This record gives sequence, structure tokens and C-alpha cells, in this order.
Amino acid sequence: MTTHVIEAVDAPRRTRRSGIERRQQVGWLFITPFLIVFAVFLVFPLGYAFTMSLSSSTLAGGTQFVGADNYVKAFTDPLFLGGIRRVALFAIIMIPTQLGIAMLAALVIDSLSTWVSKLSRLLMFAPYAIPVVIGALMWSFLYSPRFGPAATLFDLVGLQTPNFLAAGSIFGSLVNVVTWQWSGYYMIVIYASLRAIDPAIYEAARIDGAGGLQIATRIKLPMISSSMVMVITFALIGTLQFFTEPTVLRSIASGSLPPEYTPNMYAYALAFSYSQFNYAATIAFSLGILVFIGSFGFLFLTRKQSGLK
Amino acid sequence: MRTKTIATLSAAALAVVTLGACSSPGAAEATCTNEIVKPDATQVSVWAWYPAFEDVVDAFNNSHDDVQICWTNAGQGNDEYTKFSTSIESGSGAPDVIMLEAEVLSSFSIRKALVDLSEFGAADVKDDYTEGAWKDVSSGDAVYAIPVDGGPMGMLYRKDLLDKYGIEPPTTWDEFAVAAQKLKDAGAPGVLANFPPNGRAFTQALFAQAGSQPFVYDSAKPQELGIDVNDEGSKKVLSYWEDLASKDLVAVDEAFTADYNTKLVDGTYAIYVAAAWGPGYLQGLEGTQEGAEWRAAPVPQWDTASPTQINWGGSTFAVTEQAKDKEAAATVAKEVFGTEEAWKIGIEKAALFPLWRPILESDYFRDLEYPFFGGQQINNDVFLDAAAGYKGFTFSPFQNYAYDQLQQQVTAVVVDGSTTSDKALDDLQAALEKYATDQSFTLLD
Repeated sequence: MTTHVIEAVDAPRRTRRSGIERRQQVGWLFITPFLIVFAVFLVFPLGYAFTMSLSSSTLAGGTQFVGADNYVKAFTDPLFLGGIRRVALFAIIMIPTQLGIAMLAALVIDSLSTWVSKLSRLLMFAPYAIPVVIGALMWSFLYSPRFGPAATLFDLVGLQTPNFLAAGSIFGSLVNVVTWQWSGYYMIVIYASLRAIDPAIYEAARIDGAGGLQIATRIKLPMISSSMVMVITFALIGTLQFFTEPTVLRSIASGSLPPEYTPNMYAYALAFSYSQFNYAATIAFSLGILVFIGSFGFLFLTRKQSGLK
Repeated sequence: MRTKTIATLSAAALAVVTLGACSSPGAAEATCTNEIVKPDATQVSVWAWYPAFEDVVDAFNNSHDDVQICWTNAGQGNDEYTKFSTSIESGSGAPDVIMLEAEVLSSFSIRKALVDLSEFGAADVKDDYTEGAWKDVSSGDAVYAIPVDGGPMGMLYRKDLLDKYGIEPPTTWDEFAVAAQKLKDAGAPGVLANFPPNGRAFTQALFAQAGSQPFVYDSAKPQELGIDVNDEGSKKVLSYWEDLASKDLVAVDEAFTADYNTKLVDGTYAIYVAAAWGPGYLQGLEGTQEGAEWRAAPVPQWDTASPTQINWGGSTFAVTEQAKDKEAAATVAKEVFGTEEAWKIGIEKAALFPLWRPILESDYFRDLEYPFFGGQQINNDVFLDAAAGYKGFTFSPFQNYAYDQLQQQVTAVVVDGSTTSDKALDDLQAALEKYATDQSFTLLD
């Protein structure tokens, strides 16, 4: 008797579920192409690298499984930690600089409405259109004590030309290259979100007696905070993974830029110069974890501004 | 319902096919830079970056019926090594024969990437090379490559500049220092020479002249390594250059940058302490100062009573473990630069310094006059003696790391002045010992 009742209740539900299942199967079919690419180019390499990071391979001793030993080594490795500290310092200096310039430029361009606005928008964005390697190579010539314009400029005002590639000044030189390249891009993002603000709000503000500066700081900035969060997140991830510019400049300033200058450069040197592929995988993974924590932490802290909450 | 399923399936299938087409599986056979003359013969793939190498390859292919070279330039030095290293790790993708500098042979043989050529008739060609050249490619009884070109060192100088300031070409390092001071006192716009902090092999060669033997290594006992980089000789040499650099008597510009290349030929450096490939390098640079007169002289000595000859660079052909036909690959390694025809191309078009004795000891090579050096027979005057006096050298199985560490210490000494030469080399010793231990080597005393 009881059994019958249960069956009676169950029967329609089962058919309904199988209907959903069938529809889901069709859905899976549609995303199969994506899944294949996702698995082949992302999941599999990640898993492979992670497996590698759990083994240790030495020149004289061969490969053996060591579990988390490599991670313990990485987080006590002064070269890796030094690199982390360096990119953290880059983030602290570079991101506010880029963002300050981008924001200022976006606000100015937004309040202009002539051809000047269009032209300066294009000019500021231009560096981003140059491939990073080309940009860095170009700067390496500009910094060159012999070919660069600095010597001529400093001679004009009677000062001694600084060496932009010396150990003490390479940090500032790198900040300059990155700021030059990325400020324009961030400016365009910020500018786009400024254009999305309803002009009626400005009108209302003006009627209430707000001036240009007040509109900028009290209305525009709070209203674009979500795109600011996005821009900072991009900049943060990019800075922690700093690689291309110092690697290119290394060809002319290898004394000021040791192979372990940033964590990514360290991983590259370990794998391709010192053939320590396993430890390189560990460094890459450790950096990935730190980038994840860093960007996740930032997004959590700014969840109110970004509208993610 | 049925039609719908079929439509969905075919849409998904189509998408998969389209994506598959993009990634195009079954990569095509490696294409050769040169033309294969005899398509039926065994092909041996070769990576090399010699200038004018295509002519050498053509000469080989035309004279061999059973073996043909398929040549690719996979980059110079570290660019090529990076690719080779990756293909060793992945187990495929390496060429059959590869051009390697002598200094990296141990780094690859320890990874079991190179074939011991003593099993493939290396002994047959041993007598074609000098003792020093052969020692560079062997480790114990094993032979990991066939020598090609060398870098015996000499001193290239600007005769016009030295004459102008009344300086005789220095024959000892003491005279060299005096000359540097004299040039500065005379108010010359340039300096006597450059001591590149990223000299690496150059720095190591100068150390070796004062007796440095940094490594003891035999591939038959790959777990054992002797390290001695803080010996008296090395310390003497580094403190010598530290002294000159601190008085601004020599420049400390990084080598192989655009700035350095210009300074080499525009009269900033009056002397270029160079290897035998240096003249070729100089002639390839642009912006040579008008009226520049280059001459070559033997490298300055510490003790003229017992002169020591040194070597900077030089390359070899090795057969990789991934080679499909090792016998054919060994034939290529042994014979590609084993003819006079190949060497005339190598010497005249690529400015290589031959290690192959039939040409090295020929009258042709000895009497060759170099217009760049005002018709001087630089081989006869300088480089042949330097090559004959070279005794060979043992490098470490992690030479790239050792050089990176050396470069950091030398930079700290001569550029930043943040450490002294004695302490720098002691620190280098400690760093290399630690690394060797981390890499499971047993340290020899």
C-alpha cells in the first residue's frame, strides 16, 4: 500500500526531471567547443603545472615527489620574497600615479567639448596601441646615455645627466614606462563611464549652485567608482605579474635588473636559464595564489564602490 | 523534436570541427632554411647561428650522397639554449645536431641530452684538433661535441689613438694600468679600455689567466663537483679592475648594448681586449671613427716569463639524445666543418677562428692579411700563438647560474662599489656551494 503511494507521487516528478536533464544535455552540447578549449588550454596546463610543483628535480639527484616542500621553500626564498616586495612597492607607487593621471585627464577631456578633446583623447591613448615590447625597446633607447635625448636636454640647463639605468634609478624609469603606456588606456575606461552619466544630473547640480570643481569631485567621481575599482583591479594584477618591461630593459641594464627582479622573471629564469622547471612551477603557482588573494581582497574591500555587493 | 536534436548535434559538431581546423593538428615537418639537394638521403636537422652558414650547409649537402643537412637558425646563444632546454624537458622537438658553446656542454650533458660521441667515432677526428680544444668538449673519457671555432684572446688597439698620446701597446697588466693613467692625465676624451660587468666568460677568462680553475667536474661522476672561485688569482684580477674602475681609468659599461657597440668603434675605448672573433664583431659595427687604425697584439700578461694564453667563447657541434639516426648525426657533427672549402667560407665570410688543424696550421690561414688591421697578419702575430698555448677549461654543469651570480658580484664591485673584490668572490663561493648542495651535488675539496 505504502509503496504504491510513493510510486504515485514519484512518477510525475521523475518524468519532469528527465525532461530537464535532456534539455541540460543539449545545453552541454552547445558549450562543448568552449569546454574543450577551456580544458585543453586552461584546466589541463594548470593541473600539469600544479603536479610539477609538487615534485623536486635537481641536476645531480633526479626527480622525486616532495609534496608541499617546494611551497615551503618558495615562501622562505629571499629571492622570491624580495621580488614580491618589489612588485608590491611598484603597485603602491605605480597604480596611484597612473590612476591620478588617467582620472585628471579624463575629467579635463570630459569637460571640454571641442576638437581639442578628441585630439588629446587620441594622443593619450596612442601609447597603449603600441605593443608593450616595442614601447619598452623604444624607452630603452630614450634612456640610453649615448643615444637618448636626455644628455642634450640636461646640457642645455647645465645639469649633469642622470643615468636612468643605474641600480638606484631603474625603479623610477620602469614606473615611467608603465605609466606612459597604461595611463591612456585607463583614461579611456574612466572617460567612457563619465560619458554614461546622465547630463541632467549636472544640470540639477548647477541649479543647486555647484561649480565645475564641485561637480567633478562630488558627482562625477562617486558615480564612476565602479569603473575605478575595475581599473585598479586590472592595474593590480598587471603590476603583480610585472615582466615584460624589466625583461626588455634587462638587455641594456642587466646589472641593475637581476634575473629575479620580479616573481615572474624569477620563474622564467628558473625554468629556462637554470632548468628548474618544477621549482619554477611552484613560483608561478605561488605568485598566482598571491595575485588571487590580492585582487580578491581588493574587490572585497571595495565591494560597496564596485556595486558587486 | 527529432529534427531539433539533429540540428543541435550538427551545430555542435560543426563548431568542434571549425575549432579543430584552427588548431590544425599534426604540425608540418620542420622546414629547412636551406635546400635539400638529395631528397632521398637521410636528413639530419641542425640548429646553428653561424653567419654565412647556409653556404657551408650547401657545400656539405653537395658533397654527401647519404646524409643531408636540414638547417634552422633557432637563435643565438641563450635564445637557442632556452628552446633546447624546453625540448629536453618535453622530450621532443630538439634537433639532431646542435651548435653549443663549449661552456654549456656540461649543463646539457648532465641532463642526459647529449650523445657521447666516443661511441660514434669521435676518436677518428681527435687528432684534427688541439689538445686544449679537445679538452673543452670532453669530460673524462666522454666526448660531448666536436669543436668548431675558438676564441683565443688578444688585444685589439687603436694605433692612431695610442700614438697620439705617446703610449706603447702594453704587454703586461702593469703597463696596461700605467697606460690607462697616462691617457687620463693627457686629458683624452675616452678611456684606455672597458671592463664590462656583464663580461661573464670574458671575466672568467681573465681570472683563468691568473690561475683560476673554478670547477672540477667529470661527467663519469656527475654527482661530484669541485668549486673554487675565490682563489688568489681571481681575487688579484678583480681587485686590479676594481682599482682601475674606482679611479675612472677604465669604463665599466655593459657589453653588447647599442651604447657599448658605438663606443667600441667611435674611439671611446682605445683598447679592446678581445677574442679571435672580436675583429669580425668590430667590422660588423656601424659608426667607425674616421681615421681609425686598428692593430692586434698579444693579450697583456701578469708574468711575461711564463705567458698564459686564454680563451673567450668558441662553439661546437653536439649530437642530441633525441636524434633519430645518431650515426648520421655524428657524421654531420664531425664533417660539416671538416673541409677546407667549409673553412674558407667560415673564415672569410663569418670571421670564425678555426679549431680544425688542417686549416689552423695552414700557410693560408697564417699568412692571411686583414685590411681592417692595415694588412696585418693578425693570426700569425697574435691568435695562432694564443690558440696553441690554450690548455682547455672545465665549466660547471650549471654555468648559466654561475655566470649570473658572477655578474651580480662583479657589478657590485666595479659599478656600485658596494662590496670589495675579496668579499664579492667569497660570497660567490658561498652562493655557488649552496646552489650545488641544493642541486644534490657532493662538494669536492
